[in-house]
Amino acid sequence: MTMMTRQKVMDQYFMDARHKLIDIAAFLDRVEGAEGKEDFRMAAFRDAIKHLEDGGNDRAKDVLMAFSDPTEEPIAKAPGKGACGAWPGEGSEVEG
Amino acid sequence: MKFIEPHAHMVSRTTDDYADMATAGCVALCEPAFWAGFDRSSADGFRDYFRQLTEYEPKRAANFGIKHFTWLCINPKESEDMALAKDVLEVIPEFMDCPNVLGIGEIGLNKNSRNEVKVLEMHVDLAASHDQLILVHTPHLEDKHKGTRLILDVLKNDSRINPERVMIDHVEEHTIGMVLDAGHWGGMTLYPESKCSPARAIDMIERFGSERLWWDAACDWGPSVPLAVPRTAVEMRRRGHEEALIEKVIFENPKTFLSQSERFVI
Ligand SMILES: [Zn+2]
Repeated sequence: MTMMTRQKVMDQYFMDARHKLIDIAAFLDRVEGAEGKEDFRMAAFRDAIKHLEDGGNDRAKDVLMAFSDPTEEPIAKAPGKGACGAWPGEGSEVEG
Repeated sequence: MKFIEPHAHMVSRTTDDYADMATAGCVALCEPAFWAGFDRSSADGFRDYFRQLTEYEPKRAANFGIKHFTWLCINPKESEDMALAKDVLEVIPEFMDCPNVLGIGEIGLNKNSRNEVKVLEMHVDLAASHDQLILVHTPHLEDKHKGTRLILDVLKNDSRINPERVMIDHVEEHTIGMVLDAGHWGGMTLYPESKCSPARAIDMIERFGSERLWWDAACDWGPSVPLAVPRTAVEMRRRGHEEALIEKVIFENPKTFLSQSERFVI
C-alpha cells in the first residue's frame, strides 16, 4: 500500500503530471498542425487517451494494453529488430 | 546505501560509470549477454564477447570494489538466424564453468517470431540440462504483453524448470501480474523513455508487494541511467517508506534470487 496521503501525492507528483499533460496537449497540437496523414500509432494513442477518464486504478495497465499486439500466435518471421510503440495491425509488421 | 545492480551492460559504459556506481553503494552487478547494437558475423564474435564478460569486465569492476557476475546466451535480437544461434549455443558450455557465470540470459523474445521461440526453447533446454538459473528479457513496447505470455508458455512446457529459478525482466503494469502468478521473479527496468519510471516502479511495489521483485537500470549504449536504482530508492524514501523495505528491494531481493547460484557470493 502507498505510504502517502492524497495530499502528499499531490504535493509530490502534481507538478510533474501537469508538465507531462501539457506536453501531450502540445504534441496533439503539433500533430494536427502538420501536413499529411496520421498513421496507426496516432489511432492507438487516441484510443489510449480514452482510458485516462476510467475510474479505478488500472489506467497504466489499460494504456499499455491499448498499444499492445492483441494476437496470440508467433509471427512467421521477425520483420526487423525494433518496436515502434504501437501495434500496426495483422500482417503489417513495421520494419524497424 | 548498499545496493546490487542486477542488470547492467557495462561493456558499453565508461569507467566513470563504475566509479559513480561504487560511490552510490553498488556492491555487485550482473551483466547479461546482449545485442551489441549490430549483428555479430559469427560464433567467434560471441566467443570474444564471452571472454570479455568472464575475464576482462570482472577486473574493471574489481578496481572499484564491485563484484561482477554474468549471464550467457545469444540475444533474441540475433535469434532469427537459426544457424548462428545453433553455433553460439555450442560455444556457451565452454564458458559455463567460469567463476562469475550465474546462468543463461538474457534470453527471451524480441519480435515474437517462430525462430525466436525455437531459439528460446533451445536456451531453456541448455539451462535445464546444466541446472542453470535463467534471466529472461521480455520484448519492447507493443510486443511485450504477447511476448511475455509466449515466454511463460515455453517455460511452463519444460517440466524441468523450477519457476523460482527464473527471473523475468522488464515487467510493467500489464505483465507483472502474470509473471508473479506463474511463480517466477519479476524485474522492473528503470529507463528514462521506455519501460518503467521510478514512480511507477514504486507504485508496483506498493500494489504487488515486495516479494520476488527487483529493480534494475539495464544501462547499456542507449538512453539509460546507471544510478537509476539508488535514485529510485531515494524516491521511495521521499514517499516515507521504511529503510528495511527499501533495502529489501535494492539489496536483499536480488541477493536472494542470485544466491540460488552458489557462485553468487558477496
Ligand atoms: Zn539487457
